[in-house]
Amino acid sequence: MIGWPTRLAALLALLAGALAVSSFVLVFEAGGLVQPGVAIAFGAVMLVGEVIRIWLPNGREAAPLGTAAAIGYALTESVAGTPTTHSAWQVVAVAAGATALGVLPHIISGRAPDADGLARRLVVIATVAFWFRSDSVQDLLTNSGPLAKALIMAAVVGIGGGLDALLAAAVRAERAHAPFARAVVDELRATGALGIAIGITGVLMALAAPVTGLWAVPVFGAPLLLAQFSFRRFATIRMTYLQTIRSLSRVTELGGYTETGHLHRVADLAVAVGTEMGLSDAELRDLEYAALLHDIGQLSLDEPIDGGATSWKSADVQAAIARDGAEVIRQTKVLDRVADIVERQSDPYRRPHEADDPQLSIASRIVRVVNAYDDAVGDSPEPSRQAEALEALRLGMAFDYDPAVVRTLGRVLNRRHGGSH
Amino acid sequence: MREIAVAARLYVGAVITLGVAIAAWSVMSVDNWVNTAFLLLLMLALERIGFHATSVAHDGTFTTMTLPVAAAAFMVEGPDAAALVGVLALFIRGHEPSERRGINVKRAFNAANFAISAFIGGWVYVALGGPVGTLESADFPEVLAPFAAASLAYCAITTLLLLGVLTLVSGARPGDLLRGSLLQTTPAMFGYSFFGLMIAVLWLGSGIGATSVILVLAPLMIARWAIGQYAREREAYEATIRTLIRAVETKDEYTRGHSERVAKGSVMIGRVLGLVGPRLDALRYAGILHDVGKLGVPTRILQKTGRLTDEEFAAITLHPVRGRDLVADLEFLGEALSGVLHHHERLDGRGYPMGLQGEDIPEFARIIAVADAFDSMTSTRSYRGARSVAEALEEIRRCSGTQFDPRMVEAMLLALEREPWAERTGQPEPRQAAGGLDHDDPTVAVGRR
Repeated sequence: MIGWPTRLAALLALLAGALAVSSFVLVFEAGGLVQPGVAIAFGAVMLVGEVIRIWLPNGREAAPLGTAAAIGYALTESVAGTPTTHSAWQVVAVAAGATALGVLPHIISGRAPDADGLARRLVVIATVAFWFRSDSVQDLLTNSGPLAKALIMAAVVGIGGGLDALLAAAVRAERAHAPFARAVVDELRATGALGIAIGITGVLMALAAPVTGLWAVPVFGAPLLLAQFSFRRFATIRMTYLQTIRSLSRVTELGGYTETGHLHRVADLAVAVGTEMGLSDAELRDLEYAALLHDIGQLSLDEPIDGGATSWKSADVQAAIARDGAEVIRQTKVLDRVADIVERQSDPYRRPHEADDPQLSIASRIVRVVNAYDDAVGDSPEPSRQAEALEALRLGMAFDYDPAVVRTLGRVLNRRHGGSH
Repeated sequence: MREIAVAARLYVGAVITLGVAIAAWSVMSVDNWVNTAFLLLLMLALERIGFHATSVAHDGTFTTMTLPVAAAAFMVEGPDAAALVGVLALFIRGHEPSERRGINVKRAFNAANFAISAFIGGWVYVALGGPVGTLESADFPEVLAPFAAASLAYCAITTLLLLGVLTLVSGARPGDLLRGSLLQTTPAMFGYSFFGLMIAVLWLGSGIGATSVILVLAPLMIARWAIGQYAREREAYEATIRTLIRAVETKDEYTRGHSERVAKGSVMIGRVLGLVGPRLDALRYAGILHDVGKLGVPTRILQKTGRLTDEEFAAITLHPVRGRDLVADLEFLGEALSGVLHHHERLDGRGYPMGLQGEDIPEFARIIAVADAFDSMTSTRSYRGARSVAEALEEIRRCSGTQFDPRMVEAMLLALEREPWAERTGQPEPRQAAGGLDHDDPTVAVGRR
């Protein structure tokens, strides 16, 4: 499913391709690069930034230094006292060329960068460059003092950053079948801070270049490297954390308490359902951990449940397992929300003659439904068995299984298997 | 011990005296107090915006904003202002709660250290021809050389002065300290100094005045914020891994805390052997995870008292393999994986699961084997009380060369001289679930004769 070009992603790629080709043609016809020294200095930093791009949590990618240098190039009006004469098309051409060269090492090493991200960035850089170098903005700049100039630059870059977040969110929402508004908030949370650092670094390069000359590019880019380094360490520990929970959750499988592969499948399905139901990145992470650890309470049982299928046990036993599991998780002191989800994983969403339980989180409802589904189906690829399991869930929708969750699960399964449930 | 304390006091006293002298001289020779006051206020503001919680290294050292502001100060006002910026470290709170109140010797030492470093760094800048108070396009790129030299001088002096006091107080080897954390934080410190250059460029060179400070600081704040996020995530991660392992240990009351103690013992040995950084981290994680495969062994067998049948013994010998399989996907473990797999190998080849001999056994496994046996013997078991550390060491020495690698045994003895191990001697308390014979205990013949 991942990597399948959605309509919007395809549109972006097309637009970026058209921009790149037109820019090459136009720059070539105009007699090559204007002020090639300046172009090469910025282009070189873009290239380096591309080579040292970083992979962030949740499949996001960024090349902070490269992006900042491209923005800086778009905004730079003079270098060491000499006015710059490059056109917006040249900015696009240099950015496209540097990106193409910079991604080569990644492609060779088998870790090709996300094509949507590259296309989106070129579109945003082109927007900033054309807008900033347009007559209206340039007229505004000639009548402004130094401080106003800096503010105008920041505003143009800020709007470019906003556009970037909106486009990224739209592509993600379309691909993961998540609500758009949710995706925008997640995008800003995940990359907003880094985006501000990138944008301001670009503005700083453009402000300093008139004084320091081209040295502004590496010197003012260096601090961004520190930010980039910090974000990369964060991404690494996030990944390590997830890997560890995935591995350690399997102790219940090893002890024969849970069927092999059950936890992984439940976590995978739960996240797909949660995404579609509009949970945030942070909520999805808690949900994934809870799904992986939902059977940890079984460690307190004397003898493993046959096949580990908790949903076939009496409600009391299920509740006890959930409580014990939550107890273990709560002892970490940092996964309280995960513990809450696990604790209520076996509760019905409503009881007879009562309204829908408002205290029961969506995540707990998802774990309950997906867990019951996987207990029934296991790793069986039989469509009839999947349909039967889904039908059993529908029968339980009065009290046990939240209808909204069951419906979403049906949609997710339908998409995955292409069948009709 | 006494001599070390005296030497450390003399050293700290000398550094503080020099710092006070430089501060006094600087106060008298500053020209423009408006600019200097602005820089000092900037310094205080930076430290107040919660930098104390965002440590790069997790061992207590933390980088302050002193160097960047001091660098801006010597470019705008000269070395005297830079030294005064350093003195402000007197008011910087450490991030340990106990350090929050009052002005103590530690802070006085830091302030003196920073003042000396900033003063000398500033003079290096001036001596190499760096312009003070003006900056134009004609000064670039030449000004980068004196600037970088000044920053490097600052970093070198700060690190050396700190290294001196740490060596005298802890008695650790300077080389170990350097490799341990100082060399990790120094490049970051040097990198941060460029914020000083940026402030000076925008302050002196472009027309946007003091507002430029906000622009320059934004990326810095964001970098700091990200480091803070990283530190919190890492703490959460460690807490989680410890807790989950403890949950696994609930299978046997008597082994509670065993994994963490084996991790601690392994790290002590690793330090003596000169392991640092990611390798030491990996060793610690391997220590924590070494028995994770025990969960695959039926509780009945783990808790059995008396001789095991061949079949039961076979089940026990599988636990390192099961453990390795469980954590095989953890990329960061690297060579520590083999530590989990082979921690029950014996030097003479009579161990399990593979019966490897001598140097064929991975280094981490040989380390963990010693720490594992040592903790097992010094812990209470259902069938016996805990032994004293001396008895346990005697036993480990006896098995050195046959079961254990003599190099690791020596390292363990050395480590215990440096850092004592908490004695847990006592008789077994009655418990409802009686633990069985311990497969980690070298004095108990588990399995086949």
